Amino acid sequence: MSTLGSKLQQVLNEPGCTTNQAKPNVERKKGCNRVLAPGAAAGGCAFDGAKIALQPITDVAHLIHGPIGCEGHSWDNRGAKSSGPQLYRTSFTTGINEQDIIFGGEKHLYKAIREIVEKHNPPAIFVYQTCVPAMIGDDIEAVCKAAAKKFGKPVIPVNVPGFVGSKNLGNKLAGEALLDYVIGTEEPEETTPYDINIIGEYNLSGELWQVKPLFDELGIRILATLSGDAKYHEVACSHRARAAMMVCSKAMINVARKMEERYGIPFFEGSFYGIGDMSDSLRQISQLLVSRGAPAELLDRTEAVIQREEALAWQRIEQYKQRLSGKRALLFTGGVKSWSVVAALQEAGLIITGTSIKKSTPDDKLRIKELVKEDAHMFDDLKPREMYAMLKEARADIMLSGGRTQFVALKAKMPWLDINQERHHAYAGYVGMVALVNEIDKALSNPIWEQVRKPAPWETPATLGALNLHIA
Amino acid sequence: MARVVVSQKHCTVNPLKMSQPIGASLAFMGIDRSMPLLHGSQGCTSFGLVLFVRHFREAIPLQTTAMSEVATVLGGFDNVEQALVNIASRTKPALIGICSTGISEIKGDDINGFIKQIRASHPEFDSIALVDVSTPDFEGAFQDGWASAVTRTVEELVEVPLLEIRPSRAVNVLPGCHMTPGDIDELRDIFESFSLDPVFLPDLSGSLDGHIPDEFTPTTLGGISVDRIRKMGSACWTVAIGEQMRGAAITLEHRTGVPYKLFDRLTGLAANDELMGFLSTISGVPVPCKFRRQRSQLIDAMLDGHFHFGGKRVAVAAEPDLLATMAHWLHEMGCKIQAAVTTTQSPSLENIPVEEVLLGDLEDLELRAAGADLLVTHSHGRQASERLGIPLFRIGLPVFDRLGAGHQVSVGYRGTRDLIFEVGNLFLASAHDPTPATWMPQESNSQDLVTVKVQ
Repeated sequence: MSTLGSKLQQVLNEPGCTTNQAKPNVERKKGCNRVLAPGAAAGGCAFDGAKIALQPITDVAHLIHGPIGCEGHSWDNRGAKSSGPQLYRTSFTTGINEQDIIFGGEKHLYKAIREIVEKHNPPAIFVYQTCVPAMIGDDIEAVCKAAAKKFGKPVIPVNVPGFVGSKNLGNKLAGEALLDYVIGTEEPEETTPYDINIIGEYNLSGELWQVKPLFDELGIRILATLSGDAKYHEVACSHRARAAMMVCSKAMINVARKMEERYGIPFFEGSFYGIGDMSDSLRQISQLLVSRGAPAELLDRTEAVIQREEALAWQRIEQYKQRLSGKRALLFTGGVKSWSVVAALQEAGLIITGTSIKKSTPDDKLRIKELVKEDAHMFDDLKPREMYAMLKEARADIMLSGGRTQFVALKAKMPWLDINQERHHAYAGYVGMVALVNEIDKALSNPIWEQVRKPAPWETPATLGALNLHIA
Repeated sequence: MARVVVSQKHCTVNPLKMSQPIGASLAFMGIDRSMPLLHGSQGCTSFGLVLFVRHFREAIPLQTTAMSEVATVLGGFDNVEQALVNIASRTKPALIGICSTGISEIKGDDINGFIKQIRASHPEFDSIALVDVSTPDFEGAFQDGWASAVTRTVEELVEVPLLEIRPSRAVNVLPGCHMTPGDIDELRDIFESFSLDPVFLPDLSGSLDGHIPDEFTPTTLGGISVDRIRKMGSACWTVAIGEQMRGAAITLEHRTGVPYKLFDRLTGLAANDELMGFLSTISGVPVPCKFRRQRSQLIDAMLDGHFHFGGKRVAVAAEPDLLATMAHWLHEMGCKIQAAVTTTQSPSLENIPVEEVLLGDLEDLELRAAGADLLVTHSHGRQASERLGIPLFRIGLPVFDRLGAGHQVSVGYRGTRDLIFEVGNLFLASAHDPTPATWMPQESNSQDLVTVKVQ
């Protein structure tokens, strides 16, 4: 546990995280690991976060060392898509039992690794530590080391017992496992001046494929994604990229920063959500590549693509304007944080009547103020009960939020759209933004709303009279 | 008689099984204004929560004591206390059901003792029922957790009745975890048709049937009330459905003297004939006309359906009581059970009409299902179904890639009739048209011809 302890300190005190660096000394040491309130907590554990971050690697086996509760409820349940291998969707777990708890689970784990090698012979096996084996002192690092030697292939320990912290922390610990055991261990067949990494993109609902055609067109090669639709070899070679984009959240900032330190790969933080942000991201990628020696004409080609795509996207969104004009939206963002999403919604005629600022930085708040003007409410922490009341009183026409609040909206008979990471639709890039507006239009214009809001026959006085008459 | 075999693999591949704590938490969700609480790290709760949301498509009340590494080592009293205080003040529940997990069991947290201590210093809990249940996730399975939660609820809440005579028309019904909200609604209808007053513990038909509540509520939206549970001792009978509920039924009988009748399943003609006879006897009401019609319809469905069921090979994987229900019923329709895989030990496994029942996973099912006509298991069977090219009939939990899991009804004459149509239609849809090659003699092995013809 001591190695895990020092790793935790390191990850929690991430120098690359501006939010954390802005805190006073004592606070900073605590890092971003929020203390959870028992009985009032929501969200996943560190193991959950690690699996989210690594499970999109498609050609490896992901083996969960723990009782059935850790893996049995949650396998094959995220929409990280693969363009080829499907092994990542097969669930492997030791499912440890009482015997293991008495005698230790290390042998069990070793034999499980052997079975996977014999049956599937994958390029690598990721082994995830969970709370129960951590408590009984199973040393997964040692088991992985022995297994790697015996079977002659990478067996990577991911030391993330759930009780060490939140999902976000688990993302970072997963990144550390990649840095310690994977990145830089293999060499690509060839390199180009146009090689990039995309860090923190999981190809949920196939979103990577909404932006990849543009990279292809520009001749920019995605050497590795961490970790959407990635293959082990790609991740192992990712240290040869010329530049990196860290997508959206700061979940894997430790990886981006350390890859810059170790391999000199510059990175920027960008987003594929929203037309403006997509363009910015393309620009920044090209600029970074050119600054690292790619021919400067890439910049002009990039501008040309941006102009063409922006014009096309705005033109397509314009078509919805008449239908969506004046509709009021509540926006409670989870994964889709970009403010250029707001710009696209406004362009389509929607009015943002309220938004949450729970996870926003002061900088974010200023941007929101500029964008949504005075008529919008900014909610710090809107309780589900209050949210329900707002919707029930029809102070909005649609809510865009994560799955957690889905039923608050639906039970208030209010259109709702999933913009969190579990969603089934892809909203990345220019085409994704048009798809989002289209989904909003579909949700708002569905004929069920009028029907389900009508009172029941026994609730209207007129029908009530008629019914009585009939009975009489 | 089936041989029950335990898989010798070290690596579970594509788990069939789910854990005890979430089985127990689902049972608590069948109680009105309740909040289940898992005593473990927050992942235990969030994984279970997502699973139920995807299955029921409903908001799921489920909380966590959010154990950290340090709290786990030092003991969880403070976390349990804080969690109860937070839940009580934020959601005002009638009941909090506290389920242990692997880490709290290994540490040896005595939750029952915690509750006594907490009650002594917190008078605000006087009006809240607190039920704890031991559900380590390193042993047993979902249905064991469900059954234990019901038994513990009976032990903690049911009052010992003062009167010995039972003039009541109330009947306690203890449904196993394989009964859907739709099944419970159907059973309620059946019992009420005999002028009986059924009380279901747990009652998911009130909480997770998918209805529109008048107001927002952070706890369960319905279910059996704590007050009704307290008075279960005044019922004339207890009906338990599924072998898993025997323990709870016996506990209830010992505590209150209410006799119990166990139905190992309520799917199929004979099983429902038995139910009708029983209800008629205890109620003194002749079997109502509508059931006579429904029985006749079921028989007709069996006659129409048997062409498509006869000789079909089916591979089933489910928790013991659900496995037994489906396997017996499919067998009664003329199918051959090609493979049976389950999660945990149970007396109901021995009589399943198959040579061997394996305690295993969905990889085991996939390996044994080659050449079968139908797979029957939960939604996670979809990968095997695709790989083998065999249709999948989704049962149990989770069913996350189809609508209406909560309203799938398979009890009663009517439920069985509809089940015949649903499964029969899968057989019909996957029937192959003959081609000129269909009857071509096979070169390698002439015996294969028979197999080809049957297909």
